[in-house]
Amino acid sequence: MVENRPFLTLLSHLVVILGVAIIAFPVWMTFVASTHSQQTMLQSPIPLLPGPHMIENYTQVLTKGYGRVGSTAVTMTLTNSLIMALGVAIGKIAISIISAFAIVYFRFPGRMYIFWAIFVTLMLPVEVRIVPTYGVVANLGMLDSYGGLIIPLIASATATFLFRQFFLSVPDELTEAARVDGASPMRFFWDILLPMSRTSIAAMFVIQFIYGWNQYLWPLLITTKESYYTVVMTVSRQANVVDSVPAWNLLMAMAMLAMLPPVLVVVFMQRQFVRGLVETEK
Amino acid sequence: MEKRVTFHERWLPYLLVGPQIIITLVFFFWPSGQAIYQSLLIEDAFGGNSKFVFLDNFIHLFNDDSYFASARLTVVFSFLVATIGLAVSLLLAVMADRVIRGATAYKAFLVWPYAVAPAVAGVLWGFLFNPSVGIIAWMLQGIGIEFNYVTNGNQALLLVVIAAVWNQLSYNFLFFLAGLQSIPKSLIEAAAIDGAGPGRRFWDIIFPLLSPVGFFLLVINIIYAFIGTFGVVDSLTKGGPGKATEILVFKVYNDGFRGQDLGGSSAQSVVLITVLVILTVIQFRFIERRVHY
Repeated sequence: MVENRPFLTLLSHLVVILGVAIIAFPVWMTFVASTHSQQTMLQSPIPLLPGPHMIENYTQVLTKGYGRVGSTAVTMTLTNSLIMALGVAIGKIAISIISAFAIVYFRFPGRMYIFWAIFVTLMLPVEVRIVPTYGVVANLGMLDSYGGLIIPLIASATATFLFRQFFLSVPDELTEAARVDGASPMRFFWDILLPMSRTSIAAMFVIQFIYGWNQYLWPLLITTKESYYTVVMTVSRQANVVDSVPAWNLLMAMAMLAMLPPVLVVVFMQRQFVRGLVETEK
Repeated sequence: MEKRVTFHERWLPYLLVGPQIIITLVFFFWPSGQAIYQSLLIEDAFGGNSKFVFLDNFIHLFNDDSYFASARLTVVFSFLVATIGLAVSLLLAVMADRVIRGATAYKAFLVWPYAVAPAVAGVLWGFLFNPSVGIIAWMLQGIGIEFNYVTNGNQALLLVVIAAVWNQLSYNFLFFLAGLQSIPKSLIEAAAIDGAGPGRRFWDIIFPLLSPVGFFLLVINIIYAFIGTFGVVDSLTKGGPGKATEILVFKVYNDGFRGQDLGGSSAQSVVLITVLVILTVIQFRFIERRVHY
């Protein structure tokens, strides 16, 4: 700072610490709830500090699930979420990077139409075209399948733009050199462009992994078989089972497990995450 | 911007854009076309029979009081989510930017809520405010406030707003912090030498320079409140009690899947897409002219 104002600095620290505490509070309470017995969690006020039942609760949800009709072991829903998140992230990156390559490095009839067709998808998130998209997927026989969970979500304007932006910044001399040396376009893509795009790919991966993991409406619509349920939708579904007293300890253990993977990805890949967020909005 | 050096191949580029275009056509354009087509039809609930009714669904929609109630609610909701979200994250960003020691640590503690699924965020906040075991509901009761979001519509809306803001906070924070850090220190120093105090410097220099980022975030937050909050609403209140939290995107889903009113739901989809197109155009228009960032 430009001047020394100890009081203001102290105040800033206090405000930020208070903010961090308030923001973390829901997750702290979730964690606390996941470490107590069901009985403890039924009487208000509930404890503010962790209890002794953590291992028991987590083992129960991981192996048996929530223990009610229609509950699935969380290991299974976690696996489904992982498959979906990885499928969406890798799928999006794969199809976006090759279409960005085509749009930047080739001149071909219809190029601008294709560019705009991809651009328009920005304005059509699945939430606003729910019913007809469900209809299309049902017609294609893709309900209750990993393909149905993943493929409709992997067309992405943001990823295509990110890679287009990056390719445009790659010096032309590299392309010329590759051409002089007789490299085919695909050779140039594999050996030069792809290795250069590593950081963009990592940034994109973090953003899209979170996007895929946190999908809610889509898996809710197209899965009716338990074996395809994702963890996020199970948490919400079990929280809303009517006419019963929820087993908060187990529900919150499930919620913790649903949050953990994407939160870990963000915390450990923070640089790529921030980069991904800022870059995709350019 | 175009490349000067390109490759010359006849079929390869089509092969490369193929997967993306096929998925876009099948899962974006076909359904959107169907939404427009279905919005012009009335289908009876058992399927099979449909009748072309031209703009009847839209006329019906715009004469429907419950649709207007939902639209009004959505406007109020997005206003609250955007203003509260921006105000809180700006405060945090300004404070975090002031402290040199610990700024990166604070950042690490503030970015993770982005990774929590909206639907899970709804469950978390629902637990805190649960009328029978929620710790905050219990505290509020201690000071004489009866908080029951299951029966009280305004409280339900408030809770949905809180959960939605919480979920979006890290996004806003990161962009504000990046904006703050890109303001040249020499400007601030010059103002300080001229005798401007921290408050004065904030309002006269930092705030105007941040306004482009703020405006960008405003649009993003409105889009988020319109579309991205579906999971929060569905896992917290299911649009209730009554219709107190039934925002437009939730109504599309509710009328289409619960009510089986395909024509009406499609008409709503078309309206929502139009709103989204307008917001996206504003966003891109603005980005082109964005100077300070």
